[in-house]
Amino acid sequence: MDFEPIAGTEELKKEFEDFFREVMKDAPPGWENSPEDLETEEGWAFHKKVQREMGKRGWLALAWPKKYGGLGKSIFEQLTYNEVRAYYRAPGWDLQGVGMLAPTLLAMGTEEQREEFLPPIARGEVIWAQLWSEPEAGSDLANLQTMAVRDGDDYILNGQKVWTTGAHRADWAFALVRTSKELTRSRGLTYLLFDLKSPGVDVRPLPTMSSHSRQVESHFNEVFLDDVRVPLKNRVGEENQGWAITRATMNFERSGLAGFGALRHSLDELIEFCKETKWRGKPLSEDPLVRYRLAEIAVCIEAGHATGRHLLWGQHKVEMGGAPGMGMVPRASSMKYFASELSQRFAYVGSQIMGLYGQLKSQSKWAPMSGRFERAYQAAPGGNMAGGTTEIQKNLVAWTGLELPRA
Amino acid sequence: MNLDFTEEQEMLRTMARDFLQTECPKTLIRELEESDLGYSPELWKKIAELGWQGLAFPEEYGGTEMTFFELALLVEEMGRNILPGPFISTQVCGLTILKTGTEEQKKEFLPKVAAGEMILTLALTEPSASWKPEHISVGAVASNEEYVINGTKLFVPDAHVADYLLVVARTKDGSSPEEGITVFLVDAKSPGIQCEPQLTMGLDNKAEVVFKDVKVPKKNILGELDQGWKVVQVAMTKGTALKIAEMSGGCQASLEMANTYVKERVQYGRPIGLFQVIQHYLADAWGKTDRTTNIAWEICWKVDAGVATPFEVATAKAWTNEAYKWVTEKCVQCHGAIGTTRDHDMGLYYRRAKVGELDYGDTDFQMEIVAQELGL
Repeated sequence: MDFEPIAGTEELKKEFEDFFREVMKDAPPGWENSPEDLETEEGWAFHKKVQREMGKRGWLALAWPKKYGGLGKSIFEQLTYNEVRAYYRAPGWDLQGVGMLAPTLLAMGTEEQREEFLPPIARGEVIWAQLWSEPEAGSDLANLQTMAVRDGDDYILNGQKVWTTGAHRADWAFALVRTSKELTRSRGLTYLLFDLKSPGVDVRPLPTMSSHSRQVESHFNEVFLDDVRVPLKNRVGEENQGWAITRATMNFERSGLAGFGALRHSLDELIEFCKETKWRGKPLSEDPLVRYRLAEIAVCIEAGHATGRHLLWGQHKVEMGGAPGMGMVPRASSMKYFASELSQRFAYVGSQIMGLYGQLKSQSKWAPMSGRFERAYQAAPGGNMAGGTTEIQKNLVAWTGLELPRA
Repeated sequence: MNLDFTEEQEMLRTMARDFLQTECPKTLIRELEESDLGYSPELWKKIAELGWQGLAFPEEYGGTEMTFFELALLVEEMGRNILPGPFISTQVCGLTILKTGTEEQKKEFLPKVAAGEMILTLALTEPSASWKPEHISVGAVASNEEYVINGTKLFVPDAHVADYLLVVARTKDGSSPEEGITVFLVDAKSPGIQCEPQLTMGLDNKAEVVFKDVKVPKKNILGELDQGWKVVQVAMTKGTALKIAEMSGGCQASLEMANTYVKERVQYGRPIGLFQVIQHYLADAWGKTDRTTNIAWEICWKVDAGVATPFEVATAKAWTNEAYKWVTEKCVQCHGAIGTTRDHDMGLYYRRAKVGELDYGDTDFQMEIVAQELGL
């Protein structure tokens, strides 16, 4: 076992740092790179700008093969990049497209699909949305009802999707839909790609609890599909075999570890705030309770990082054509909810430290840290649902990590 | 970067696990907990024959020249099985002598340690119950070619069986708390030393050691006069890392025990492991154990490579302290009432989790270091 970073990591890190330090100077005030931040016109424009800049450098596709617009780097270089980008809380990285669909297509798409869809993702031109959840299929995803019926060279889609992050901004979608009424549950599902501008697609916002009339925050959407035509060539994998593909995509989603770097940055900023802010005669940073609470967050971030390296190592071994090794699947699930609960705890700690000020929205001139923790407190529970609820992740750890029986 | 074990490391782990399972069954652990010595001299001799005490020493001092990281892997297995006795105490002191001692001291002490003929321990803490230099009150005063030590140490692990004590004493009032502290290699049989083991939750023999005009030759100063806090820091860093490795092993074993039990224990006509509440306890325990294992390997590797920062050591210990306690608590809960009994193995781990937290700095102590290192 050897934890020494691979040669050249420091130089590469510096290159990324120089870029992000510069580009983040243009971030809107109070920027955290939360889904809420992307909702304002200003925030979205900033996201698009950074996305294009990264696309130009090939940084959205560092570890992809060159023929699809990638740079052919190793997963370790990818990690260095992810960590720096996360620490600077830079936008421009489309989780659905770059983080989920692209690795899925690289592993399971046809050559034609890779050539068609990957280069625009690498250039930062096309943004993707994930159309999976439905009103009757949340945690029980295999209960999907949206139907796709064959008609010549097309499928015709009818149904309703929900909790679709960013669908109102996205260009294309990857969807899981039912193609067989005879095959039950997970056996009759198919994985399709389609243009969100197709006739019959209706995207409606679903405002979150932090919204008010002057600032609607609705990164979530409902998406209604009414006779939407999707060409057969846009099917990933075989008909009725979409479940296996979905599971692979999920693992890509869950192994996203950038959260710890971003959290460390937010922690550093809160520490600065606590050092600079005197309430009732002394700096917050001298309050033993404040010190303990912040130290506790730092400890958990370190434990997350240490385990993140092992997840990455497992991915590297898969990349090299080997087996991922023991514990990879439960580790990805375990880390997903560890990270979201840690973010939630951080939001609560920050909110608690702010005391009475913690309730003020960013519009108030009295709001500390641009009202960051007022937003974070409300956004935090969402992280425990997105990408599979904490309870579902625990089930997966119990079944795969401990081999406990399924009820 | 390569996060797989080498073949040699895999062999060491397997060999240690098999050996401890056979040679140190839970019946022996219970016996040793009730014994005056608290360890088995016979087993001590056997592990010396395997080269464990000298594993990380150079060959010239009777060692086998493996790494500190590999020693930590061995200690992880000891934590997994539970091996009562002065292994960590002796290793911490031996490695500190290796790092800070004179050639003469290394030649005198290390081959004996490697041969299993010498037990060492660090006498640092006092009735003030602190790990900080400002609370060292045991004093040593120069008198001709000797120093004379007076005062009381408390919570000294394995002092009742130690041959030599590394005594941390104040030799002058310095400009800072660290300045003016000296470490002495003190023969445990010196006149004026009184050792009284205290019963602890871990049944692991922490002693009160009273020094009354104890004479130590000047050549037995370890490191430099008045600069001994640097020696203490070497010992504390290595001790903390090894303790983390031991606790990590215990955490893994606790989880495995509970996981086996919930598959066998039937209530309401089905194994309790089928109930979601039990599954979720254990899923959480799996994650905490996984993170503990990973952070333990990483911190031991970094201490070995000499790149571990105080922040990293403190975060790793603080994490492990809380994770091991949490996991054992939930594993006792999964066992129901039987898990709370003297005869059940679960309690062996539950007790050690709490005592392990206290060794080399409890969570409150580590959190304050973390806070300071964060710039707070």
